[in-house]
Amino acid sequence: MYNFTYHRASGLRQATNMLAKFSEAKLLAGGQTLLPTMKQRLASPSDIIDLNKIEGMSGIELKGRNLIIGAMARHAEVASSPVVQQAIPALAALAHMIGDPAVRHRGTIGGSIANNDPNADYPAACLGLAATIVTTKRKIPADDFFKGLFETALASDEIITKVSFPVPKKAAYQKFRNPASRFALVGVFVTKRPSEVRVAVTGAGASGVFRVPEFEAALKKRFSPKSLEGLTIPADGLAGDIHGSAEYRAHLVGVLARRAVAAAG
Amino acid sequence: MPAVSLTVNGKAVKATVEPRTLLVQLLREQLRLTGTHVGCDTSQCGCCVVHVDGKAVKACTMLALQAEGATVLTIEGLATEDKLHPMQEAFRENHGLQCGFCTPGMIMTAVDMVYRLGHELDERTIREELEGNICRCTGYHNIVKSIAAGAKAMKGIAPSHQAAE
Repeated sequence: MYNFTYHRASGLRQATNMLAKFSEAKLLAGGQTLLPTMKQRLASPSDIIDLNKIEGMSGIELKGRNLIIGAMARHAEVASSPVVQQAIPALAALAHMIGDPAVRHRGTIGGSIANNDPNADYPAACLGLAATIVTTKRKIPADDFFKGLFETALASDEIITKVSFPVPKKAAYQKFRNPASRFALVGVFVTKRPSEVRVAVTGAGASGVFRVPEFEAALKKRFSPKSLEGLTIPADGLAGDIHGSAEYRAHLVGVLARRAVAAAG
Repeated sequence: MPAVSLTVNGKAVKATVEPRTLLVQLLREQLRLTGTHVGCDTSQCGCCVVHVDGKAVKACTMLALQAEGATVLTIEGLATEDKLHPMQEAFRENHGLQCGFCTPGMIMTAVDMVYRLGHELDERTIREELEGNICRCTGYHNIVKSIAAGAKAMKGIAPSHQAAE
């Protein structure tokens, strides 16, 4: 790891000022991706701005029909929160599937979303649940937030403060793990909302998380695995690598979507 | 160089470190607590698991400076002077190790598992919870047995059990 200057931010305003001041600065949330990336020298920030001592960034609460999760909430906290388990059990289950217990004690929802790894789980939940990402500047609908591989709508001096999830009627997440890395080779998040059905896919897209309008339309007519029978998605635009071809991933999207609908009940 | 103050195995510690110094480097190289091992250095193997403020974390994936004000428990802090921690004793009784390299991380993960999930752990739960700990000898069978026995033996031990205090 190349050396850097370490800053322990005491508030969001201070962290924002530092982000603007140091051109090669990076925010440190849980560090479960950033630190390994820096060890491999794939990232070499000049300055690290540690968000961990900022108060009030990790609350979890139900406000009306929205579940609000602070950006610094750890995966373990989301997974074990009775509030999350009751409001959106699929989200608690998803958080429990990330990494391993020690990683879940450190990793945060804000960090995961800001990183937007194409194989990460939380982007599928945000897109699938029609979440709103709240930042120091504005509120960004998930549909406008994820912009491509490791790319988001965040400005260089913008910090995620919380994520707001409208409580759905039904939701479920199904993940087909890469047997070695245990990351999602493909993961599908299905949600039934009063106004729409959403199907969000992680792991498969060549440019990150995406929705499947054909599946959504079929499920809106009837929310049943049978509605997806015979429907497939094209392999064009999907990721293909040594872990699985684009055709294989396309097949998995269909299989996991049907399983997710069945699991949502 | 910046300074960091923390509590390690019940003792107040102050050290100066480079910003890039990892918690595991501080523990091993400066504090000479070499019971915490570095197996992979890529947050996968779990040999470096320690407890930070009562929670199992991978000490290779946390900066030493992030431990400012924290309470850290390493494998050296589990036993009392003449008595092994029940989880250590269970690993000894059940031969829960072959070469022993992964053992400190396995035991720290196991103790954390008991804190979170209680004393009656079935085999499936233990195996799932060991996702982040790798034994290259593949001696999982006895490790799982050890953890189940150690979990039962830990009844009556306070979660904040710190022998070095």
